[in-house]
Amino acid sequence: MEIQRESMEYDVVIVGAGPAGLSTSIKLKQINPKLNICILEKGSEVGAHILSGNVFETRALDELIPDWREKNAPVKTKVKKEKFLFLGKNKSLSWPTWLLPSVQKNHKNYIISLANLCRWLATQAENLGVEIFPGFAASKIIYDDENNILGVQTGDMGINQNGDNKESFEPGLNILAKVSVFSEGCRGHLGKEVIRKYKLDADKSPQQYGIGFKEIWEIPEKEHDEGLVMHTAGWPLDNSTYGGSFCYHAEKNQVFIGYVIGLDYQNPYLSPYDEFQRFKTHPAIAKILKDGQRISYGARALIEGGYQSLPTMHMPGALIIGCDAGTLNMPKIKGSHTAMKSGMIAAETINEHITENKPLSEYEDKFKKSWIHKELYQARNVKPSFQWSLIPAIIFTGIDQIIFRGYLPFTLKHFHADHESLIPVHKAKKIDYPKYDGKLTFDKTSSVYLTGTNHEADQPIHLKLKDPDLPIKYTLSEFDEPAQRYCPAGVYEIDRSNQNDPKFIINAQNCIHCKTCDIKEPSQNITWVTPEGAGGPNYANM
Amino acid sequence: MKILVTVKRVIDYNVQVRVKADNSGVEKENVKMSMNPPDENAVEEALRIKEAGKADEIIILSIGEEKCQETIRTALAMGADRGILIKATDDVEPLSVSKLISKIVETEKPGLILMGKQAIDDDSNQTAQMTSALLNWPQATFASKIDIEENTAIVTREIDEGLERVKVKMPFIASCDLRLNEPRYASLPNIMKAKKKPIDIKSAEELGVDIKPRIENIKISEPPTRQKGVMVADVAELVQKLKYEAKVI
Repeated sequence: MEIQRESMEYDVVIVGAGPAGLSTSIKLKQINPKLNICILEKGSEVGAHILSGNVFETRALDELIPDWREKNAPVKTKVKKEKFLFLGKNKSLSWPTWLLPSVQKNHKNYIISLANLCRWLATQAENLGVEIFPGFAASKIIYDDENNILGVQTGDMGINQNGDNKESFEPGLNILAKVSVFSEGCRGHLGKEVIRKYKLDADKSPQQYGIGFKEIWEIPEKEHDEGLVMHTAGWPLDNSTYGGSFCYHAEKNQVFIGYVIGLDYQNPYLSPYDEFQRFKTHPAIAKILKDGQRISYGARALIEGGYQSLPTMHMPGALIIGCDAGTLNMPKIKGSHTAMKSGMIAAETINEHITENKPLSEYEDKFKKSWIHKELYQARNVKPSFQWSLIPAIIFTGIDQIIFRGYLPFTLKHFHADHESLIPVHKAKKIDYPKYDGKLTFDKTSSVYLTGTNHEADQPIHLKLKDPDLPIKYTLSEFDEPAQRYCPAGVYEIDRSNQNDPKFIINAQNCIHCKTCDIKEPSQNITWVTPEGAGGPNYANM
Repeated sequence: MKILVTVKRVIDYNVQVRVKADNSGVEKENVKMSMNPPDENAVEEALRIKEAGKADEIIILSIGEEKCQETIRTALAMGADRGILIKATDDVEPLSVSKLISKIVETEKPGLILMGKQAIDDDSNQTAQMTSALLNWPQATFASKIDIEENTAIVTREIDEGLERVKVKMPFIASCDLRLNEPRYASLPNIMKAKKKPIDIKSAEELGVDIKPRIENIKISEPPTRQKGVMVADVAELVQKLKYEAKVI
């Protein structure tokens, strides 16, 4: 039965209230207050789905809201001290900070909660008249017959697990706009759709991703050193796996501790979650945390491909910006300021498109002329050099970043998509992870509990299998079903209660919307779609 | 008939509540807040009674900080007509709440008051009962079904022994159980409309009610963590452990 849908019309509809989308809306209202703008946000409130380190460079914020200090932006803790450690199993070697490339120096930056910055940006946007609708997921794109994007459709609410309407059924709406902006963050499901449909990634390197974990700990004052930023490389990862940790001493005796692992890892037995848990037991880290208490946990995929993988960012009737496109600066380990800048450039482009009828393709020119392009260009060779394993990569990065400042006359390529990198189990070495001690390391269940994630129980599963038999028929024997391990929330399980008939279980209610399964599944068999609006994690200060 | 529905802004039920480091209360900063779940059932029931032609106006009342307006707007987006916010610090005790509600009843003269059976933050479950006493109105608590007739209503109550049906005279107070109904979603157009609906902001002083707390909170702490269980081989070992380790027998 065809559902009757109401429509609402705007000048601009923005999908996702993160730093990119919010900056787009603020900049648009600043240059043209008459525009009608709405932002759809699938989280139950702005910030609920935001997770980031975060050491924040204020460059874009300085341009967007120069008086952010007077307006009490939650950007307060200045970086005071920096450390970089190479970890061996029990030892650590401190790398002198003067030998770090300048992109990894943070003395002008701030330790922030990006979720709280987004909440503040949302207030600024609403004061300018932007309409923000948390709890509403943009589930589909509306096209006309000539493949122009006309807007988006919000998800239907109140559908049961069999796909039938419940008593509370509320059909989604068509939000029509002159320009749609996709700013869903890394691996947005609509962003993925438009990149395929319009072949925006043609002639680009395959996109690269990582999975990032973050925990917030409250620690005793004597261990706390407000403003200290520490990064590590090395243990527990082997030299062929790309990753490292961060440990930021924020205000109120809190420490933001996290781990990032490139999703191009090869061993199907590797469990990113357990690598992170194990990392915390290293003497250099354990001594910071041992008398503390873990108060938050979360995980999110991040986009690492950079310059080589950046797709074309305009299409008929729409732009794709921020991490949805891939503007993160990997060697800097920062994407917030570039996401914001990409949104601000989008705003200028959109306003000229609406008022002067200039094409949206102007976005690419404006982007090329801006500092964001220069930054990403200079950073481009760092991540791909890690294909040669840790030591050569560090030597190369030193030459590339310190001597040539990113201007070597060639560009390294990424060769494989992350889902292609796993080796079959018979060639892989099993990894034995230590048991969780409940003090420094925790099981997935108690971690997921801290995310506050929830989904209405009676709704269709939002993790779609193209072939429902594939996990058991193929992925289990070939890769020991790595979804059990790469999912940071325990969504996927193999039920072996019947020895001869294992079953693939999807606990969709646990999902924390990190998108790792959509990226890493070796046959690209899992597709993440939006669940009912307001579902997903409820991060507070991530 | 007017229906008065009271709603409370509480920490969202999905959030793991955490005690502040100084034991003065629970952490609310940047924590997701939402409408107390049984209050949503109360709003939904009011809407259904109005849709059945038995009421003509639904007034939403909340007591608390400025941000309670968001909670009122949620109810307005579901379909209620207007709101009243009585501004106060967030720790208003149930008796003070009842006094404030009674004051509003004096001027608004509703034919029915609906509220959630209890708030999920303090679990007091007192406001409906005390308001009923202050107003000298009948009460029907833990309602899982409400049938309004001419001047009376039949209310089904969830009680320990099963279900109890009571007949109450109008006007009355009902506190709503989660089984009463399934609250509707607020649609986008209705959220837009709700932004234009009026919310009247009052203060306790203006209403002449002293809301100073009568109870002093000395300390809020987390319950002690439970020790891990052990498996015993037989009854003898169990008795041994109870006697010499746990020292309970």
